Amino acid sequence: MKSFSWKSALASPAGRAFLALLLVLAAGAIFNADGAFFKIGTHRDTLRQASVYGMLACGMTLVIVSGGIDLAVGSLVALAAVCAGKMAIHWNWPWWQVVPGCLAVGLTCGAVSGWVTATLRVQPFIATLSMMVLARGLAKFASGGMKVSTAVQNPDGSYRYVDVPPLFRAIDHRILGGNLSVVTVIFLVCVALAWLALSRHRWGRYLYAIGGNEEASRLSGVPVTGAKICAYAASGLFAAVAGLCQAAQEQQGDPEAGSGYELTAIAMVVIGGTSLMGGRGGIGLTLFGVLTIGYLDKILSINAVPEAGRLVLTGIIIVAAVLTQRRGRT
Amino acid sequence: MSTPSSLVRLRGITKHFGPVTVLRDVQFDGLAGEVHVLAGENGAGKSTLIKILGGIHTDFEGTIELDGQVVRPRSPMEANALGVAVIHQELSLIGPMSVADNIFLGRTPTRGGFVQDARQHEAARHWLHQLELKLDVSQPVERFPVAIRQLIEIAKALSQNARVIVMDEPTSALNAPEVNTLFALIQSLKQRGCCVIYITHKMDEIERIADRITVLRDGQWVGTAPAADLPPPKLIQWMVGRDLGEQFPRHAQHLGEERMRLENFTVFSAGLSSRPTAAEVSLSVSSGEVLGLAGLQGSGASELLLGIFGAYGTAVRGRLFLDNSEQLFTSPGQAIDAGVALLTNDRKATGLVLPLSITANVTLAGLRALSPGGWRRPARECRAAEAMTTPMRLRAASMDTEVGVLSGGNQQKVVLAKWLQTRPRLLMLDEPTRGIDIAAKREIYQLVEQWTTEGIAILLITSEMSELLTLSDRIVVFHRGRVTAEYSRSESSPELILAAAMGQTASV
Repeated sequence: MKSFSWKSALASPAGRAFLALLLVLAAGAIFNADGAFFKIGTHRDTLRQASVYGMLACGMTLVIVSGGIDLAVGSLVALAAVCAGKMAIHWNWPWWQVVPGCLAVGLTCGAVSGWVTATLRVQPFIATLSMMVLARGLAKFASGGMKVSTAVQNPDGSYRYVDVPPLFRAIDHRILGGNLSVVTVIFLVCVALAWLALSRHRWGRYLYAIGGNEEASRLSGVPVTGAKICAYAASGLFAAVAGLCQAAQEQQGDPEAGSGYELTAIAMVVIGGTSLMGGRGGIGLTLFGVLTIGYLDKILSINAVPEAGRLVLTGIIIVAAVLTQRRGRT
Repeated sequence: MSTPSSLVRLRGITKHFGPVTVLRDVQFDGLAGEVHVLAGENGAGKSTLIKILGGIHTDFEGTIELDGQVVRPRSPMEANALGVAVIHQELSLIGPMSVADNIFLGRTPTRGGFVQDARQHEAARHWLHQLELKLDVSQPVERFPVAIRQLIEIAKALSQNARVIVMDEPTSALNAPEVNTLFALIQSLKQRGCCVIYITHKMDEIERIADRITVLRDGQWVGTAPAADLPPPKLIQWMVGRDLGEQFPRHAQHLGEERMRLENFTVFSAGLSSRPTAAEVSLSVSSGEVLGLAGLQGSGASELLLGIFGAYGTAVRGRLFLDNSEQLFTSPGQAIDAGVALLTNDRKATGLVLPLSITANVTLAGLRALSPGGWRRPARECRAAEAMTTPMRLRAASMDTEVGVLSGGNQQKVVLAKWLQTRPRLLMLDEPTRGIDIAAKREIYQLVEQWTTEGIAILLITSEMSELLTLSDRIVVFHRGRVTAEYSRSESSPELILAAAMGQTASV
């Protein structure tokens, strides 16, 4: 008796995304690098490394569902990281000022992208490409082009070393007997918030509707401009959270951080099965996408596949995954 | 009397989509020099048959003969080469490319890989000249109105030496003079010995141009007969398989208080600096009344409704009273809150969100009321949507079905349900029965009747004269953005309305 059928499992995007993840995990179990894959530390590290990308993917999902794209998130990671470094290390701000400060920077930049694309009607690709360049510039400007680290330059040119801020230590901490990273918890909170917004809030339904048919949505009384600006602002907010985590993990604010992250985040969203055309997809799918890419990268690295080969393989697998998703749609 | 030879001959055509059989043993004979109307309700299999002939669907059973030769086109290109041209409802021209480039797309005359523009222009002008059309062939296609683009498409078909020309609802975007031009052209195609296969839902067109009619129903061939032997009642009977009766019941009037009044209402759909699309319109509609807005393409009636609805923001002038209080809507959201609903004339482009479910579409306009505090209540949404769709007899597998997969009639019911869900006081219907089958049309007529008894005021635009006359209590006629006549139900007639819509005001 067979109650499981591949056909019905493959019928939904969620089923396909889940199967893709299972395939990757199965590959990990086979190529387990002498049992390394079965150690809990490997999984903890996979999740930790995927978390920063995952936060970006959450915001990216909101934007992509609404039919847009946000290329600025990678640069916003750097900007938020630099801001976090400045505030926490140089200015010695307490955490309850650093966190809102960083988030406000991300939120503002995202809202500006959203305003440019929704109100000024610049294509999202161009609007967020501009923000990507602009935010990178701001990050370099704020940091003076150098990493904002715990080695602080004195007025006479010599360096003194200051303590790592408690906020950074707290974020880079592990809990549950060292088996779970705090950044992973933060990532899961982001997933939960994005899910609530997209699946349980009116605004989320508006984003789907706008992505599916913007004009029909407008004529149904949907506040298109406001909903879109909020989507980009939320994406900026998630990018700022990611930047804060990045700074905490590196114990510095690197103005070069996060470059190319936006593309990984987009890949995660698309592998999950969210349509780049908008209107279809979801946060659950993105979670599968994040885990798929995260594990793929980890499995290749524990098997000592050199980075060059890893990139080539990842590229091929992204195309393969998207092709499967598309086949299921028609 | 000589029997013209059979130019195209389909026999035993059967086609399955997965488990569904959409065509079963269908036959069709197209003679040289005839206009052959292919009739049938939506879903009868007309489009599928055309796609088989046009080389789009390639896996089917049965045979196609052109001039006695058995052929089997495996792509639209092959069908073209065999002399079959299909002019689809949505035109397949490329907007930014020039007229000449479009006519010769895929067959561009080149020398050593370089386009020979002069030769191409010369040839394009030659084919357009056959249609008595003088155009600057180097202009991009998008600069020309839809009617001209349709003619360009026909020129393209002629340039491919097409002898079987299929037109799928070609007049849906044309106004009356343009339709006349098209029909004159069809006559000349007949004289050249072409077989024109013509698909339409409009009875008057069938009466005007059909030589013979083939009727399909539920994927099966019902019959082929000379047009003279198929008067409208009999044709409808063939199409629906049951006797619907020619006329729909005229409804009783339920007039109440004045619901909405416009005073010198002017709409600038293309910005305040351009010519208004509807100018100084004054009219009123009472609760329980159906006010028909008649007009040909470009009459401005659709834009008037969009202007009332706030879709053009502040680009309107004049006064609007709803239940005697003055209103000005600068966004659709405000209009919806005030109890105004607008069913737009193109459900796929401006009515539905195709990838979303039935429930999500039905609740989209009224979502604010269904989600107090911002949080959605899925069970409540589902109940609200079902409460609207059940009385409409919407046919779908489940309420979670994507609306994109529904038939035209069911999609239209989803849009109607969306607007009723907002509990409107004023319901504006722009082409509520466009592209849906007769049974669904009849159901929508009954719904309109029912809504008026509930006291909803209705503004109705429809390009079908019989529908306008059947449903409207009063008819206001528009010509180029201005009201040219108003008729009560008893004094209206197709001739009077058409005359006023074409700008002839003398006889009244």
